[in-house]
Amino acid sequence: MTAVGTSTGIGARVERKEDARHLLGEARFVGDLFVPGLWEVAFVRSPLAHARIRGIRKPREFEDRVFIARDMTGVRPIRANSSLPTYKASDFPALADRKVLFAGQCVAICIAKTRADAEDIAEAVELDLEELPAVVDSLAAKEPGSTLVHEDWGDNLFLTTFHDGDVASIAARAEVVVEREYRTARQCMMPMEGKGVLAYWDARSEQLVVHTSTQVPHLIRTGLCEALGLDQADVRVVAPDVGGGFGYKCVLQPEEISVSWLARKVGRPLRWTEDRREHLVAGANTRQHHYKVKAYSDGSGRLLALDAEITVDVGAYSVWPFTACLEAAQAGGNLPGPYDFGVYRCRTWSVATNKPPFTPYRGVARPGVCFAIELTMDAIARAVGREPADVRRENLVPAAAMPYTNVAKKYYDSGDYPASVANAAELIGLRRIRARQQTLEPDGRLIGIGFSTFTEQTAHGTAVFAAWGLPLVPGYEQAMVKITPSGTVEIRSGNHSFGQGLETTIAQIASEILSVPIDLIRVRMGDTGETPYSTGAYASRGMVMAGGAVSKAAEVLAGRLCRHAAHLLQCRPHEVTLREGKAAGVRGEVSIREIANAWYLRPDQLACDVDTLGLEVTEGYKPDIDSGVFTYATHAAVVAVDLETGAVEILDYVIFEDCGRRVNPMILEGQAYGGAAQGIGTALFEESLYDATTGQPLTSTLLDYVLPGPTELPDFRVSSAETLSPYTRHGIKGVGEGAAIAPAGAVVNAINDALRPLGAEIAEVPATPHRILAAILAAGEGARSGAG
Amino acid sequence: MKPARFEYRRPDDLASALELLAAGDDGCKLIAGGQSLGPMLNLRLARPRTLVDVSRLNALRRIEQTEDAIRIGAAVTHAEIEDGGAPEPIAGMLSTVARGIAYRAVRNRGTIGGSIAHADPAADWICLLVAAGARVHVRRSGGSRVIPMRAFMLGPYTTVLDACEIVTTVEIPKRSAGARWGYFKVCRKVGEFADAIGAAVVDSERRYCQVVLGASGGEPKLLPRTAFELARTAALPSQDVIDGEVGAFVPGAVGRRMFGAAVRRAIAQVVES
Repeated sequence: MTAVGTSTGIGARVERKEDARHLLGEARFVGDLFVPGLWEVAFVRSPLAHARIRGIRKPREFEDRVFIARDMTGVRPIRANSSLPTYKASDFPALADRKVLFAGQCVAICIAKTRADAEDIAEAVELDLEELPAVVDSLAAKEPGSTLVHEDWGDNLFLTTFHDGDVASIAARAEVVVEREYRTARQCMMPMEGKGVLAYWDARSEQLVVHTSTQVPHLIRTGLCEALGLDQADVRVVAPDVGGGFGYKCVLQPEEISVSWLARKVGRPLRWTEDRREHLVAGANTRQHHYKVKAYSDGSGRLLALDAEITVDVGAYSVWPFTACLEAAQAGGNLPGPYDFGVYRCRTWSVATNKPPFTPYRGVARPGVCFAIELTMDAIARAVGREPADVRRENLVPAAAMPYTNVAKKYYDSGDYPASVANAAELIGLRRIRARQQTLEPDGRLIGIGFSTFTEQTAHGTAVFAAWGLPLVPGYEQAMVKITPSGTVEIRSGNHSFGQGLETTIAQIASEILSVPIDLIRVRMGDTGETPYSTGAYASRGMVMAGGAVSKAAEVLAGRLCRHAAHLLQCRPHEVTLREGKAAGVRGEVSIREIANAWYLRPDQLACDVDTLGLEVTEGYKPDIDSGVFTYATHAAVVAVDLETGAVEILDYVIFEDCGRRVNPMILEGQAYGGAAQGIGTALFEESLYDATTGQPLTSTLLDYVLPGPTELPDFRVSSAETLSPYTRHGIKGVGEGAAIAPAGAVVNAINDALRPLGAEIAEVPATPHRILAAILAAGEGARSGAG
Repeated sequence: MKPARFEYRRPDDLASALELLAAGDDGCKLIAGGQSLGPMLNLRLARPRTLVDVSRLNALRRIEQTEDAIRIGAAVTHAEIEDGGAPEPIAGMLSTVARGIAYRAVRNRGTIGGSIAHADPAADWICLLVAAGARVHVRRSGGSRVIPMRAFMLGPYTTVLDACEIVTTVEIPKRSAGARWGYFKVCRKVGEFADAIGAAVVDSERRYCQVVLGASGGEPKLLPRTAFELARTAALPSQDVIDGEVGAFVPGAVGRRMFGAAVRRAIAQVVES
């Protein structure tokens, strides 16, 4: 049997199947659903960052509309255990019971016919809180004697890790030492669609049905059943259209538990829709790192050793299932990045503070790690007086060394990292920019160029997650592919598509294998009642894992189609070729529709001893290695810095990436644009701020939390290489997170390149106008006092 | 983020609106475009008992010219001004500044009268109109007054308006053919409220010169020494003059650099045009 790929198979720029309904406003998000008898939910949230709850008074006329922790008997808190040594687990109750540990934490759930009415009730609930000192700064919080977030812990440390290396021996002979301190701000993920949950008890199926805006419907079912003490068969979780996830929707959220619990208790469908303010306050849960880095190099800038301390501001609780330690474990493991060097020492602290619980966001730790190592790489280049692009290229793992195990035991499967720098430099015109920098800009601004290179571990599986000690470890992925009686194709996957285009790209895989045009392929995802178990969409695993599973299932299905076709065409199965919806034999051809008709409705046309396995195949898939396959890229930015206003304009931006086989180049370009836009948010704009004493959030509206818009973003220019992974079906690597990783490094390196004549340097994101002006002024002071 | 309950009234004419306000015991709040009040209602920061919608009152929608001034009704939208709906006191001044207000969606609804009555320190009209020497016409049931823009705003979100008064018209003096204007704002991003604003209007023929610093947290600040130097020399005043005057209103070296730049660049537009 063979199949001849179609024009809608792997590598085709197919328009996205889901776009029509989105563009016509016909998609259905949680907020679009209607169930008879539906009421709306509003939460009472803690106004304080840290307090003891002395009492909660329900308004007398609404006693039956307000529910608090005490009412939720038998409901278990969210608890993510980890097997890592020193790890402390936290109990995160769906509604706060004895204490509130961050501003925005849910304290009571209120229900009414409309959201406005529910908010009226919520407003009438009286909280009697005894304010406690807030733990706001993670560096102070890790010191002995700090106020404690969890009083019984004795300290504020979820986890500490240590990776030892013999730095001392290098330090003795290194010609160059570069020492820096870096900070990345706390952020919100800000999906277009906020979180939403709609739950009701379905008497006919005797199931709790939960429609929730999630990336991981099967995981949420598992988590909900643990919290509510239900059998997994009692719960059906449906992720309808989801308007962006980015990690925010890959963990079990307390609101999912309380809405599900209450819908069952009051016997009425209930819905909660997160509003933007709730997101900005209770969802400020990611990216906040602090680094102390000491790098040792030789006189040419060749990195010899790296010594680092990483502190992650984890917030009050651990999320489930990814725990409070994933971020720091990833940070410590990924700081060495794509570089080839021999000695690495790193200590990490995962610190509890009175802030929302840390949740993995697109790139997971690597945007911070990449920022730290890439700024260090440029600092080394400046220290040795060489072109940063050259120093970077010479330090990268060379193609000839692949596959390569790095100093942190990451197994880099394939690729030419130095070539990505060379290509990005060529595309952005490095030499031209260097020449331009020799003359003054007519508008008085300074221009600079910056590079940022990274690897992105994708589709990492069992071994990696098990090593992180997670309570739940992904293994294989399953998918079902079937031929309908009409001869069309249906794919069912427990993974989910929420903007990243998986609904289209897994159909392209089936289109390729079965040689069926994509218009005849329907994809169903996100409903635990209809799809095989999947741990879901995270860790850039969707295309590799779900794509691999669809590929395998489609291959088995193709074999069965060919066997039936062979009988109908009176030839041997291996003589049959699938081509554009038809099966061609030695003489004549038969359409898949005719094969389906024979199988489902006219078995008399098939052999008496027909294979009864049918035209419906579920297959599981696991890559040949489960340490992950590594996508890599180099971003290059050219910026102009206004020395009087601190404004940064990105004049040009180039992305050169290699994610193995490119299933749909158009979708990949879209992923690059979207990820880079978020990365530029990290680099220049986004920051969740807190009062240093009270822990009050200061950025609770979009007036205060600044997101980049189209006018702030450059015209990204994306180019690519295609080094197939030897370990996955079709050589695919994951890529969903990648483009969000590099921009902070590229943009701030470009800013520092621009500011170099002034001796000013930025080491913190976002690089706001205030920070840039402060750096310029400080450098001026330094220069003056130096001269004086 | 749903507003608390309120009553909504849309009177047919200005007199009825004024009567509602007069009878309202401070519980009434005017709404026109709702681009600032809307979010404040949703955040429950504003909790009026009654909203009086004046956005469609004809008396507030007129644009007129007298011999020496342009009169723009308070309920004229930013977008109408952006699109050239109002005659220009100086070529391009109103339409250009209007185009820089927030986003088109906001400009489609937001009004010039609503903006000045709301008195956000970082709002554009507040600053420009002070520099332009505009006056505000205000009505109350049974009375009216005219307030110079430079005396209109008292502090952040605070004006001289009484709760029973309505801004009806903004009156901007016409300038001679040789008059020049400059306006520069420092923003984190397009459409965002400004971090610093500089505005300058010079009409040497009529011996008028005003330089204004805006977005410093309160009402727009006049910079008379800078304006005097500009009028005297018709050139960019020295950094010492500008920074000295700006420094009196802006704390911190970073802020002074940013505000100084906004003022200098506004003046540079006047000098260079």
